[in-house]
Amino acid sequence: MSTLEMLTFGVYLVASVSFILALKFLASPKTARTGNQLGAAGMALVVVWTLVRTDGMLEHWWIVAAAGLVGTVAGVLGARRVPMTAMPQMVAIFNGAGGGAAAVVALSEFLLSAGHAASGDLLPAIPVIATLLGAVIGGVSLTGSVVAFGKLQGLIPGRPVTYPGSRLVAGLLLGSILALGVVLTLLTNSVPLFLLFVAIALVLGVALVMPIGGADMPVVISLLNSYTGIAVAATGFVLGNYALLIAGTLVGASGAILTQLMCTAMNRSIFNVLFGAFGTGGGVVVAGAAGEQTAREISADDAAVLMAYGKKVIIVPGYGMAVAQAQGPVRELMDLLIARGVEVEFAIHPVAGRMPGHMNVLLAEANVPYDRLKEMDEINDDFANADVALVIGANDVTNPGARTDTASPIYGMPILNVDQAHNVVVLKRSMAAGFAGIANPLYSDPKTAMLFGDAKKSVQALVSGVKNA
Amino acid sequence: MTEALDPRALIDALVILVLTGFVGYEVVSKVPTMLHTPLMSGANAVHGVIVVGAMLVAATADDPLRIALALIGVVLGTVNVVGGFVVTDRMLEMFKRKPEGKP
Repeated sequence: MSTLEMLTFGVYLVASVSFILALKFLASPKTARTGNQLGAAGMALVVVWTLVRTDGMLEHWWIVAAAGLVGTVAGVLGARRVPMTAMPQMVAIFNGAGGGAAAVVALSEFLLSAGHAASGDLLPAIPVIATLLGAVIGGVSLTGSVVAFGKLQGLIPGRPVTYPGSRLVAGLLLGSILALGVVLTLLTNSVPLFLLFVAIALVLGVALVMPIGGADMPVVISLLNSYTGIAVAATGFVLGNYALLIAGTLVGASGAILTQLMCTAMNRSIFNVLFGAFGTGGGVVVAGAAGEQTAREISADDAAVLMAYGKKVIIVPGYGMAVAQAQGPVRELMDLLIARGVEVEFAIHPVAGRMPGHMNVLLAEANVPYDRLKEMDEINDDFANADVALVIGANDVTNPGARTDTASPIYGMPILNVDQAHNVVVLKRSMAAGFAGIANPLYSDPKTAMLFGDAKKSVQALVSGVKNA
Repeated sequence: MTEALDPRALIDALVILVLTGFVGYEVVSKVPTMLHTPLMSGANAVHGVIVVGAMLVAATADDPLRIALALIGVVLGTVNVVGGFVVTDRMLEMFKRKPEGKP
C-alpha cells in the first residue's frame, strides 16, 4: 500500500470519527452545535482530500467546481431562508437530494463497468447487487422525500391518497424490481434494463409515500433518511470507499432507531404508519367518534386573569403555535407570569408539531430556556397541581380519548394529562379536528374553555390581559 | 466496481457495516427527544458524504452521459451536505444559550 493510500485511509478515519462525534455530541444541547461543526469540518476534509488526491480529477475538476458551486448556493439559500416552521420539509428535500445522488452514482458506476466488460461476460454478482441496492434505495428515497415535501408544504393533499388496488400496484412495482434485480445480476448487464429498474424505483417511492397521511410524514422522513444512509453505504461498497461505507451505515442505523423511537412515542408500529393510511390531514372530523360537541368560550381577559392569579401554569404547545409563529408572544407571556410569581412550565409531547423536538426548536428560537421544557413523562403527574393548562394549537396529543375510547384511531397513544389540570384553556382556530382527523372530547369537558382565533393574536391578547390584571 | 471484488475487501466491508451499525444505534439512543429534529437533520448532513462518491464518478467521466450524471450527482450531493450542515447549525444555534437566559 502506497503512502498516499495510507494517508487517504487516515483522512477517512478522521472524518468517520468526526461524524460519530457529531451524533454523539447531540446528546446535550451544550455540545450539540460544536459536534455539528466538527462533523462539517470532517466532511470538508474528505471533500478537499478527494479533490486534491484523486486520479483523473485534474482533467475533470471543472465538473466538480461548476456543480459544487450550484449545489452550495442552492443548499445555503435553502437552509438560510427556510422559516423554522418549515424545517421538516427542508430536511426532506436535502435527504431526497442525497438519495438522488446515491442513485446517480450507482447508475454511473454500472455504466462504467458494463462498458468495460467484454461482451457476453457477466459482471461479478456481489458488486452488481450492491449497485442495484444503491440505485433502488436511493431512487425510492429521492421521490419519496419529494412527495413528503409536497405533503408538508401543502402542494399535495396531506390526507392519505389511496385508490382501489393501490397496494396491489405497490406490490407489483416491488415485485418487478426484485425480478429485474435478479435478471440484471444473473442473466444480463443490460443498460436499458438497469434504466428501467431505476425508473420503477422512482415510481415506487411515490407509490409508497402517497398513501401515508401528513401527520406521519416525520416518521417517513426519518425512515427515508435511514434509506439514504443505506444507499450511500451500498455505493461506498461499490466504489471501495470507506468514508461512504462508514457514514452511510452510521446514518442507516441511527435513522432506523430514530424511526423506531418516533413510532413508540405514538404507540404505533412502523407497519401501521406505512400501510395504515392513517388520518385525514385535518379539517374533517371522523363522524360518530364523540358526537356533537359543545364547547365553552372564554374571553382573552378572563383567561389572562385565570393564569395571572394562579400558582402554576403549564403551557402545551402544538403545531398551531408553529403555524401562527406565536413562539415570541408565548415567551413574553411566560416572562410576565414569572414576574408575577407564577410557576410556568412547558409540556412537550414527543410528537407535538410535525417532528420530534419541533416545539423545542421553536421555543429555543424565542429564547425560552430549555430547562423549562419538560418531556411528557417528567411533567404528566404535575398537571393535577396546575391551576391552568394553556393548550396552544395542540390537539391530538391532548385527546383523553386515547386513554379510554377503544374505538378511537389513536387509542393507546400516550397523551399529556391536560384534562387533570384545574382549568384548561385551549387556543384554537376553530372546532376543526386535528391532523389525525379525530374529535377531541377535551373540548367538551366542563373544565375546558376555548379561546378561538389565530394563536399569535390570542397569545398577544393574553399578554395584554396579564399586564392589566 | 473492481475494488469490491477482493474477498478481503468484502470481509472488511462486512466488519465495518456491523460495527458501525452498533455504534449508530448506541450513539442515537442517548439523544434526548428535544434534540431529535436536529439529530435527523445532522444525520441527514452526514450522508451528504455521497458528494465524495459523485466526485469519484466525475473523475472518471469521459462520455457525455457520465459527465451529465456526474454534474447531477455533485449538485445533489452538495445540496445535501451543505444544506444539511447549515440548517442543523441554524437549529442548534438556538440551543446554545444558558439554561436560564436573561429574562
